[in-house]
This record gives sequence, structure tokens and C-alpha cells, in this order.
Amino acid sequence: MLAPVKVAVCMKEVPAAAAPKRIDPGTKRLDRSVEGALNDFDTHALEEALRLKDSAAETEVVVVSMAPERASESLRKALAMGADRVVLVSDEAAAGSDLVATTAVLAAALERESPDLTLFGQQAGDADGAVLWAAIADRLRLPMISQAASLELQDGKVRSKRQTEFGYDVLEAPLPCVVAVSDAINDPRYPSLKGIMGAKKKPQDVVSLADLGVEPGRAGEAGSRTAVLALAEPPSRGDSRRIEDDGGSAATEILSYLTERKLL
Amino acid sequence: MNYDLSEEHALLRRTVREFAEQRIAPVAEELDREHRFPYEIVAELAELGLMGIPIPEEYGGSGGDTLGYALSIEELTRIDSSVAITVAAHTSLGTMPILLYGSEEQKRKWLPDLASGRKLGAFGLTEPDAGSDAGAAQTRADLRDGHWVVNGSKIFITNAGTDISGCVTIAARTSADEVSNVIVPNGTPGYDISAPLEKMGWNASDTRELSFVDCTVPEGNLLGPRGQGFRQFLEILDGGRISVAAMGVGLAQGAYEQALGYAREREQFGRPIAKLQAVSFKLADMATEIEAGRQLVYKAAWLKDQGRPFGQEAAMAKLYTGILSNRVVNEALQIHGGYGYMEEYPIARFYRDQKVLEIGEGTNEVQRMVIARHLGL
Repeated sequence: MLAPVKVAVCMKEVPAAAAPKRIDPGTKRLDRSVEGALNDFDTHALEEALRLKDSAAETEVVVVSMAPERASESLRKALAMGADRVVLVSDEAAAGSDLVATTAVLAAALERESPDLTLFGQQAGDADGAVLWAAIADRLRLPMISQAASLELQDGKVRSKRQTEFGYDVLEAPLPCVVAVSDAINDPRYPSLKGIMGAKKKPQDVVSLADLGVEPGRAGEAGSRTAVLALAEPPSRGDSRRIEDDGGSAATEILSYLTERKLL
Repeated sequence: MNYDLSEEHALLRRTVREFAEQRIAPVAEELDREHRFPYEIVAELAELGLMGIPIPEEYGGSGGDTLGYALSIEELTRIDSSVAITVAAHTSLGTMPILLYGSEEQKRKWLPDLASGRKLGAFGLTEPDAGSDAGAAQTRADLRDGHWVVNGSKIFITNAGTDISGCVTIAARTSADEVSNVIVPNGTPGYDISAPLEKMGWNASDTRELSFVDCTVPEGNLLGPRGQGFRQFLEILDGGRISVAAMGVGLAQGAYEQALGYAREREQFGRPIAKLQAVSFKLADMATEIEAGRQLVYKAAWLKDQGRPFGQEAAMAKLYTGILSNRVVNEALQIHGGYGYMEEYPIARFYRDQKVLEIGEGTNEVQRMVIARHLGL
């Protein structure tokens, strides 16, 4: 058994896989009114936290998120999987936050919780951003390990294998620290039926910027340091060539195309 | 009126859908082709508490309700009927009789293993010469020296012959004019299980013929009062119909989605065939009928959860979804054209899996008899 710790898992709600993805041309923001789901990458971070809890029952797992209030439905899945509680920062003034503004809010929420370990998924499945964890660690002045393909806690330290292009780096950091896990670290569990039925009894605290002591000017568009100026469709590829199959001829044609260009 | 699912029901549905898409869909075709029982999937379902959804927690179940159970069966069937019937027969037919009619001792003995999915339960009613006329069962159980001595045979029995099958509850004549239900554990001398029966569909589910030759079980294996077997199995079948009706909706939904996806991608006459009215009208009809069938199933489940009479609605749901799933899977295959007739698309498996939904746990004709009786006819 390991010594119990407090683990915060930062999770984002993203549009569900099956939901239509659309950017509102007026606000230039992703339309989040469609059905939402937990960011898949973050469920790996939650699974890792739950494994720590499985080996040390007193471990507390707190999910921290910033989203409109309706995200609490998606976040219930985290509770059903086994998280102890959710802190959802929900505030009109936080809408449209860029990376800088988001970190200001999340860092404040994490400071209030002061966890021993803060876990992130490697990236957001909607905007594909993969720097939030680094920015949070910087704001909180905490050591950080990214692309963690394994995670062990021992003697107040985290030991982790960081996936690289050439193999693994084995890294160690003292608690408290921030770890962004790779999606290869584990297979997230499905919530059990008992977990689902028990989730409603677990606390979901919805907090405002004022509750966290964050000035409205530091969040949302006001607190952002970047602005989206324009949106455009990706340019269509003019040089593409379509190969029609005629009784199995396509494979041969593709093969000779690739061979000609020495791609095979 | 409130047509919204509760948050728990919605999350359960999403969870089972994800599980079915991620864990079952990749192996469904192989399990079907190889006629292989899905042991690994059953173990995972057990882990999630889905092998004992409506069984109280004190007996090792999940303590869920009928609606949650129906939603789960619907979502499983949307991907794979064999897995769905394994869960449904185990729960509604294998486990429920012991929960409803078992003594406290019987419940303590059998339910924890069944409701947790460590063991599978089966229910033996149909005989070679007693199908729709189940009351004509000829299997006998004679009381001799404090034991029931069972002789006879049962056919088309689900879940009786797997490596993890624990017991079968059989309907047997305990005198000339009396039917009782008796629990027979797997491994009892004189209880023989045939090789798996070769079926048109449901190929990954376990279906057997059972024979009993001087098979002897303790007198205490009688379920409920002697002579109550007929009433008990009618009640069991009432409940089971809700899960088979949920299978009808799930199968139709899966077939419809496959047809919709195919019709959007398949181009003929220079455009996706979904743009042809002949195809889009078929899809519109399918979507409409599925929605109607789903409401019947959920209403029957809701009535049961309210503790109100539900037999008529369960029979209506079973009848309607049996016929609807036949129509939908037929049109869904038709939309696939020649490709639909090939086993490379799942729709062929769905087509083969559908027919039994109009036969098992009461044929369409038996449902009409039940409904007519409820109408006072």
C-alpha cells in the first residue's frame, strides 16, 4: 500500500465524437451547444489517478474543469468511473478564454485544492492544444513531466517513463508536481453500473471566478493575450489524383505510382 | 409526462454503447463466423455489473431497474445479438426465477454467483413436443426418498452448456396435473447437455438440448410451492419479453444506422443513393417505426418499475418490435444491395440474427394470444 495523496485531474469537455463540429463564424469559437463528452486524452489521466486510489484507498481524486455549467453531465462520467468529487469553474466571464486566461483560472482552482499531484491528458481532442499542462506548471512554479508512459509514486516522489522518439527517459520529480500522461499509459476503465448509480451522490461544486478570487479581467476574452482574427477552410489539394478501380487495377496503379516516386 | 432519461439512465446507455462499439464490435464478426461463445466479453460485462442489472445488491447484483436493463440490452443488440441474448437469457430467465420464487437459502446459494456473472443461469421450459403449448411439457420430476428424480428433455436452451454455466431451472411435471420448477445444477449425474445446436443466427450464443435420465437433485431444489410452476413461468416470460423487445429495437436501430451510413456513401446514378426517394423513404419509415417500438418497450419497462401490471404492454412490445425488426433489417439489407448479401458487411449477420426475435420467448402468434387474453377475448 502506498501513502495516500490528493490527486487533481484536469479534464475538459469536448464535443462528443458523433456530434457535428462547427465553429461559430460570429464569435469564432467552437460551437459547444452540441452533445459533449469528456476529452478522451484526459480519461487516461483519470484512470491513472484511479489506479493510485486503487492501491491506496485514502487517496482523494478531484476532477477540476473549466466549462459552461452543462458540462457537469459529462463530468458525471468521471465520478461514475471513481473520482471522489468535481470542481467545475463555470462563469460567463470565462467564456472565450485563450491559453493564458485558461491557465489563470485553472491555476487558481488548483491552488485552492493544493493537490500533491496534478494530472493532465496529453492534449485536447477538440482544438488539439497540448501546452496547457506546461503553462499551469509554470504558473504554479511546479516541476512537470510530460508524455508520461508510466507513473509510480514513492517516498514523496513521482517516477515516470517519458515517451520519446527514441525510447524512454526515466524521470523523477518531488511532490507536488504536474504530470501530463500519454494516451499509451493505460486503458481507461468503463464506469460500472454501481459507479453510475453512485455518481449522483458525489459532490459536484460549481464555483465562479469570484469564488476563486480571479478578477474578471484576467479571464475570458478580457484576460486573453491572443485573438482569433480570421477563419478559413484548409486549402484544397490541387495536385491530388484520383485512381478509379477497374477490376482490381487500382492496386497496381497505386503501387507503380509509389514506386516511381521511390516511396516504396 | 417526461420523455427524458434520467442522468443515470443516459450515462448507462452511453457506457454500454461505448463498451459495445469498442469491445464487442471488433470481434463480433469473428465470434459469429467461428460460433465461439464470448467468454472474455461476458467477463468484462460482469466486471461492469451488467450480468445482474436488476438484481438487488444484497444478492450480488447491481440494484438497477428494468428500464436500465432494457437500455443495456438494446445497446448490446445494436452491435451484437449473440452477446445481448446471452445477457438477457441469463438475467431474465436464468437468474430471475430464483430471485422471484427462491427461498432465502436458495437465493443466498445461487444469486451471488449468477448476479455477479461468475456463473451463467439457464431456464429450461421448451421441449421437443412442447413449444408454444408450454403447459404440455412432459419432463417429470418424481419425489423419491427426499429427492426429485428428473426424466425428460428440453430443447433450444440458452446458456446451459458453457464452461461457466451454473444451473438450469426446469419446468417439470411433479404429478399428472401439476407443474413445478426445479433447479438442476450443472454436473449433476444424469443431466446431459448436447453439443451446441447449429443455428441460422445468434451463432456466438450457447444453445443446447438437455436430457435428464434419473437425474437426482435434493427435494430443496424445488422453486417456490409445489404445483406453482405454470404460474411462475408465465410471469417469468412476461418479464423476459421486455428484454427480447429491447433486442428488437436494438437490432433495428443497428441495421438502420448501417443502411443510413451505406446510403450516404454509396453512389449510383451520379449521387449518393440516400438522395434517391426510393431509398430515403425507406429510411424515413425505418426511423419512424423504430421510434414507435422504442416507446412501447420503455413504457413496458417503466410500468414494471412502477410495480404496475405490465404483461399486456410487454407482449405488445415484443410483438411489435419482432415484426418491426424484421421489416427494418430486410429493407436495410435491400439498401446494401449485393454487398448486403455478402458476409463482409455486418448487415448479413443482423439479417440472420433477426428472425428468432419473432420466435423465441413466445412467437408472434403467442404474443397475440396473450394480448387477446388481456383484452378479455
